[in-house]
Amino acid sequence: MRKLGRLIAPLLLASLSAAALAGPELLNVSYDVMRDFYKDLNPAFQKAYKAQTGQDVTVQQSHGGSGKQARAVIDGLEADVITMNMPPDIDALYDKAKLIPENWAARLPNASLPFTSLQVLIVRKGNPKGIKDWSDLAKPGVQVVMPNPKVTGNGRYSYLAAWGYALRQPGGNPQKAAEFVGAILKNVPVLDSGGRAATTTFMQRQIGDVLLTFENEAEMIAREFGRGGFEVVYPSLSVRAEPPVTVVDKVVDKKGTRKEAEAYLKFLWSPAAQEIAAQNYLRPQDPAVFKKYAAQFPAVKLFTVDEVFGGWRNAQKTHFDDGGTFDQIYTKK
Amino acid sequence: MKPRVLPGFGLSFGYTIVYLCLIVLLPLSALVLKTSELTLAHFWQVVTGERVMAAYRLTFGASLIAALINLFAGLLVAWVLVRYPFPGKRLIDALVDLPFALPTAVAGIALTTLYAPNGLIGQYLAPLGIQVAFKPLGVVVALTFIGLPFVVRTVQPVLQDLEAELEEAAACLGANRWQTFRKVIFPAALPALLTGFTLAFARAIGEYGSVIFIAGNIPLESEIVPLLIIGKLEQYDYAGATAIATVMLAISFVLIFVINLIQWWHGRRHGMRK
Repeated sequence: MRKLGRLIAPLLLASLSAAALAGPELLNVSYDVMRDFYKDLNPAFQKAYKAQTGQDVTVQQSHGGSGKQARAVIDGLEADVITMNMPPDIDALYDKAKLIPENWAARLPNASLPFTSLQVLIVRKGNPKGIKDWSDLAKPGVQVVMPNPKVTGNGRYSYLAAWGYALRQPGGNPQKAAEFVGAILKNVPVLDSGGRAATTTFMQRQIGDVLLTFENEAEMIAREFGRGGFEVVYPSLSVRAEPPVTVVDKVVDKKGTRKEAEAYLKFLWSPAAQEIAAQNYLRPQDPAVFKKYAAQFPAVKLFTVDEVFGGWRNAQKTHFDDGGTFDQIYTKK
Repeated sequence: MKPRVLPGFGLSFGYTIVYLCLIVLLPLSALVLKTSELTLAHFWQVVTGERVMAAYRLTFGASLIAALINLFAGLLVAWVLVRYPFPGKRLIDALVDLPFALPTAVAGIALTTLYAPNGLIGQYLAPLGIQVAFKPLGVVVALTFIGLPFVVRTVQPVLQDLEAELEEAAACLGANRWQTFRKVIFPAALPALLTGFTLAFARAIGEYGSVIFIAGNIPLESEIVPLLIIGKLEQYDYAGATAIATVMLAISFVLIFVINLIQWWHGRRHGMRK
């Protein structure tokens, strides 16, 4: 219910019309995990923008699951800017409602990715099962906790990471990859419907030997549960998590907020914003900032979805749409 | 037509129909309309998929079991609350409403915490080889929890209105306790019981928040239908999502309609005014 409240509140506020408030107002719609990052970022942006233009800008926020938020915008939630945890959720804004141009990703640096993350393995303190890499997850007797790839971006990244790892092994091919990922899924006792729910299952209910999630989620766990209960294991190879941002053209043109919305997103690439990202354990794109925080970002060999799966649309269709490899793994049993 | 006591039937009837259309039928027609984007063959393929069928079985099966448990437990609780004075009665009475008041997600998290293998209750069940959380059994537990108030609250007033004189008369006429229950109390309470059962059942079918944490969401084993609907939405397959929802709605409507028929028939047989 609180989630609904968070969703409705900005709507109500937005309907109060900007006239009643000083300066323009942006609605920033993003997925759950971005809450803390934007909470830190907004005051910094407001200060910088005021210094630059002398204008006050208010930023309203709305958070929820990535796909759910994308659907809310498609159905008419007037977001000026949007941050999703994978590109397909932004593609959908073009596919379903033509709210943005097809080449939206080309409009900002780094294909509109102000920062990245990656999938890591989180194990119990002391790593009692000796888990070092994806291959350890397919062994009998290892319990794996991950969110559901059918309904969460987080789960999709883990699935793709394991699949990509299997492909890149000597003699790897799609057939072997399917068997490998199938063996991992056999070890999954519960496929939670959200990333945070999977964390709760692993940390609070003490279920499973390993949790698959984003690197920045590991920091959340440390803040929430203390650093004594788990260890982060970096696999030999992982997938790059790509949370893109975009201005929602149809909305900003209607509201007349294009200038502010574009400035807001450009600000994400400023050194100050890149630092805030690093403090939230999101890997900054700015090399200087990355270097400064290098201690908290171990070097990991990464592949991108574009490199291994021929793009996001392809990955979604082949693996997660109905009848894709995920469904096949379960229905072939 | 019997002459009516109250005037204004036309107006109030018209108002009722308009109101029902706006609040109930309009959203439902939107649902069916969205579904009609699919060809019939495609629709059929979507709603009869292997995983969808398994989810129907789990959702309707668990809802039915939960509603049956509530039928008995609810009658017992209502009976105790109505017939026996005891200390703390008001408190217990208020407790019954708790599943109504609790946000479903909170209920779901609380139940999962209790029944997880390391939970307060789960830790004693685990050595016996009984796992509740993340198994279909967990779904039944969650649905039982949210359905309890429906039966209690519908049966309670009926039992309250049932004068003790009736039972005394039955006893005077030589009925033993079981006969009194079977022939006097139970027939009087049955319509209310059926109503409560229907409400608990209908509510359980559509339940998401309290179940999603305790179900395991494993395909073919512990996926509830609402999760599959969300899965379709994640692919931006609106038509597929509404197709599954429409089928659920149709099945629910038929079941509820049948239960209402039983009630109506029972009412006629016992000469009660419905």
